[in-house]
Amino acid sequence: MSRDKTNQKSIRSMIQENKSSRSQSAVMEKVVPKIFLICAIISIFTTLGIVFTLLTETFTFFSRISIVEFFTNTRWFPFTSDENADYGIIALVLGTLTVTAIAMVVAIPVGLAVAIYLSEYASAKTRKMIKPILEVLAGIPTIVYGFFALTFVTPLLDKIIPGGISIFNALSPGIVVGIMIIPMIASLSEDAMNAVPNAMREGAMALGATRFEVAIKVVLPAALSGVIASFVLGISRAIGETMIVTIAGGSRPTADINVTESIQTMTAYIVQVSQGDTGYGTTIYYSIYAVGMTLFVFTLIMNLLAQFISRKFREEY
Amino acid sequence: MGLINKESVKKKMGSRIAANGFAKFLFILATCFSLLVLGVLIYRILTEGLPYLSLDFITNFASRMPERAGIWAALLGTIWIMAVTAPVSFILGVGTAIYLEEYAKKNAFTKFVQINISNLAGVPSIVFGLLGLTIFVRLAGLGSSVLAGGLTMSLLILPVIVVASQEAIRTVPREIREASFGMGATKWQTIRRIVFPAALPGILTGTILALSRAVGETAPLLVLGALAYVAFVPENLFSQFTVLPIQLYNWTSRPQEEFHMLAASGIIILMIILLIMNSIAVFIRNKFHKRF
Repeated sequence: MSRDKTNQKSIRSMIQENKSSRSQSAVMEKVVPKIFLICAIISIFTTLGIVFTLLTETFTFFSRISIVEFFTNTRWFPFTSDENADYGIIALVLGTLTVTAIAMVVAIPVGLAVAIYLSEYASAKTRKMIKPILEVLAGIPTIVYGFFALTFVTPLLDKIIPGGISIFNALSPGIVVGIMIIPMIASLSEDAMNAVPNAMREGAMALGATRFEVAIKVVLPAALSGVIASFVLGISRAIGETMIVTIAGGSRPTADINVTESIQTMTAYIVQVSQGDTGYGTTIYYSIYAVGMTLFVFTLIMNLLAQFISRKFREEY
Repeated sequence: MGLINKESVKKKMGSRIAANGFAKFLFILATCFSLLVLGVLIYRILTEGLPYLSLDFITNFASRMPERAGIWAALLGTIWIMAVTAPVSFILGVGTAIYLEEYAKKNAFTKFVQINISNLAGVPSIVFGLLGLTIFVRLAGLGSSVLAGGLTMSLLILPVIVVASQEAIRTVPREIREASFGMGATKWQTIRRIVFPAALPGILTGTILALSRAVGETAPLLVLGALAYVAFVPENLFSQFTVLPIQLYNWTSRPQEEFHMLAASGIIILMIILLIMNSIAVFIRNKFHKRF
């Protein structure tokens, strides 16, 4: 009898508890999505913050230096007295594009060749062995690549190139940036080529095509949008790369490019200013935002282009 | 029928097969080149760095004299930065991912958030440094502190964590969600007790990989004004700091050969840290990953 009573009590209390927890969870049901929404909105605020930061400080910069001079002057010499200073972004942009071009000359053929080998020739076993090694290559910090460029690649080039090469130059960081991008192009291109259905390969082989012909004439055209998008993303990465070009590229912005001589990229200039003791509010301080804005626009265009290419020209099977 | 000219097919056969062989050789060569570069890089760093590597090197502060220099301040600075970055980026990243996967309606706003995140992932890290310099260092008045650095790093790796978490949440099958709803669980209960635990290994793997990227990142913290020469350990969130990659940059940019060897020793330590983090990530993926 007494046992029944306790049971009844506990059921009543259970109902009571259930009610209170239900009202509690009803509150949670309403609050929790809002908290997560705030998290999602923070990511938008990050973008807004970037755009706002770059725009306002760039406007301050353009109130001191004319926008025409910024885009047409080919000299970039900010570290002199104010009236002698030159702010011509062309010199920095050319430095950046030189390094990017050298990087792509290395990364595109090698990256694409690795992708074709892995997706068309290699056995599953080989692929399983090589892909993690490429991931290691992709995960190495850029500071390590910078060290490698300065202490290994530059001395090596100095021996190979007749007439030698200066300690800081465009060639060495360009090659190393290219090496850094190889895994990215290889893995993105391989993904695109893997998405091509096997039936197409088998069809071509049944017609008597060699593996090479299948790769070049069937798989590559079918995967072209993804492959090109990987190149464009690679270019974007190379433009934004900072430490390798800061360490091995030097700090002499120039519009007449000689790959064996010192250059300066946009990113390297921003680091150079942050490393010096430039005061807050000087023209030089604002100039890093104008350079950052240019850099941001360049990479944004490249990223949007990559998205556009892979969406617009994708072949559906 | 004579549709195929056998003679010309036969004539071309040899060169086509030769082209295939030659191309295969080139493709293998390119692959070997990438592997060779990795080998040379590791070999170079080991031969340059091992002589200076010792326990003193880890526990000493930076010094003008190479034989006395160490990475203690930089190592602790990196740990401090990670102590800020890890929780902030995890909470924001997973929160965003849960919102996008579980709560968001398919409307223009959701699409905008998604596009925004994929574009943020492509912004160069140095631009995040400029963002941190203006917002955290100047506007919020945090100075070049651990907190400012950690928050900047959180924003930098946020997109990576969001994308990884979204993928992890997407692998949780609908059936077990519906089973949970069928038992009378509310949406939040289902997310908290069913979806989140099931997706956690994937989320953790993605987060650790993102953090290992932050450990090796130099540029944004340089722009924020992290110090290059530090002879003290950060005491709280508002202390100035340096991190391992910045210390390595400082040594690499000096002309003396001894400092380059110090940098190589530091690189060995940095790579060991990254190797451990990546191993943990792979371990979690292999050990706890559920297949439904």
